Amino acid sequence: MIDVNQLTKRFEGVTAVDGLTFRVDKGEVFGFLGPNGAGKTTTMRMLCCLISKTSGEAKVGGYDTGNDNDSLKIRKMIGLVPDNVGLYEELTAYENLDFYGKLYERTEAQRKEAIERYLRIMGLQGKQDQPVGGFSKGMKQKVALARALLHNPQILFFDEPTVNLDPESAKVVRDLILELKGQGKTIFLNTHDLDEAQRICDRIAIINTRLLAINSPAELKRSLGGKQVIFQLASISDAIVNTVKDMKRKNVKVESNRIIVDVADPQKENPDIVREIVAAGGDIQFITESSPDLEDAYLKIVGESK
Amino acid sequence: MRLRKVWIIAAKDFKIFRKKKGIIYSIVGFELFVSIGLPLILKYGGSKTGGIPAAALPAVIDSFSFWFVIGAALLPMSLASYSLIGEKVQKSLEPLLATPITDEEILAGKSIAAAAPALIATYLGAAIFMIIVDRITHTKLDYLYYPNRSMAVILLLMLLATFFSIGFNILISSRSNDVRSAQQIGALIAVPLGAVYILSQMKVISLTVTNLLIMAAILAVVDVVVFYFAKSTFQREEILTRWK
Repeated sequence: MIDVNQLTKRFEGVTAVDGLTFRVDKGEVFGFLGPNGAGKTTTMRMLCCLISKTSGEAKVGGYDTGNDNDSLKIRKMIGLVPDNVGLYEELTAYENLDFYGKLYERTEAQRKEAIERYLRIMGLQGKQDQPVGGFSKGMKQKVALARALLHNPQILFFDEPTVNLDPESAKVVRDLILELKGQGKTIFLNTHDLDEAQRICDRIAIINTRLLAINSPAELKRSLGGKQVIFQLASISDAIVNTVKDMKRKNVKVESNRIIVDVADPQKENPDIVREIVAAGGDIQFITESSPDLEDAYLKIVGESK
Repeated sequence: MRLRKVWIIAAKDFKIFRKKKGIIYSIVGFELFVSIGLPLILKYGGSKTGGIPAAALPAVIDSFSFWFVIGAALLPMSLASYSLIGEKVQKSLEPLLATPITDEEILAGKSIAAAAPALIATYLGAAIFMIIVDRITHTKLDYLYYPNRSMAVILLLMLLATFFSIGFNILISSRSNDVRSAQQIGALIAVPLGAVYILSQMKVISLTVTNLLIMAAILAVVDVVVFYFAKSTFQREEILTRWK
């Protein structure tokens, strides 16, 4: 549904997006991660035909974002939830949604049905005739989500969709995204919430101006290799720490009374480490194994790009 | 350009204007002052000394009618500020631009939203003004002053001033984030028009049909230039990446 090839955007000599190449398949939830200023929103804006590309190619639904005629067709088939909700504060929730329904050429009956349906899903039934200026941030975010879904778009672009929501509302949105995926819709999700990305994305692209990594959350975590083993001691001393470091471990961290060691094969290596710690006078209270999570993978990948 | 889309944009702005009572009051207040208040000066001005002499009346009426040109420049400014900077402040342009609508359709819709109420109000006010002036002055002048060629040119100037006001406001909108400050900057367009009025009162210039036509020609050229720049400013990429 989305094909991006060497997509580049420069603003007055500054490269915001540098040669991105990726593909998003139909029915996929595609996460787009990166630090602030990485070019996530710029990429999303290029795909939504809001700004032009400097070079490269981007196709959405088979249409070329660089072609004026195609861009209107693309905008008919997409729904966008930008990072700022951008609602008309003086208008009611119904009036806001009705305005957008008209722009998407829905009939009055279609608009009414869709507005009532999505306000109900978002838990905003009964609020439809209130000006959105009086709504909380979370309620506004829900109206913006309803706005993006009104015309039954095939591709949805979400920029931080749960950022202003309480945990319960955030879950409603995440469930909705998964429901939309179940309906065969393609979802492009800009997010900083790694837990959210891990839970709902089929694949994740990590960018920092250029593409750093792209894979499923599980594969990204696996790419870090090895595991961490945490040795909780009754007390810690330099002798114990030096003993573990002398074993030529790659990464040894000390946090209060804990020694955290990266190991490739815990079953084989843990007994050696335990023996050395005990020999150095350490009292091991318990040992915990932890696998790297998406945050570790993200921090490592972004860190290496700097 | 699809007129239906243009109308959807304009209708949405009309709905917002209706909820902002201050805008309606300012338009109605200005028009009441010019269309009813100024003619009353013709009736009661200098009443202790026999009123305004018949020979002086045409010049006074012509200078009063110039207020409609000033109004036609000022009133759309207030509407256009809410229409454009309101979108900017509420950050609603990005989702709007992501819909299947062109930049030209948005610009046309917003221009109609700002121009239509102001033009309707000023033309209606001008009609009321002409009727009241005729009723007050016809016995003293011994003829009906309106309609005349001078007012025809004033009506043309009102249209041109409205276009100028909207184009100027689009340019201001790209650099302003506050409706009130944009209105204050926008009010600067009344300065040259106010200067014309003051100079006519000081008898430095007279608002003859010829002079008014020259003004209309100058304003028409200025309109074309301002709209050229306004159109190039109102481009989606420009709006999302350069508008402050």
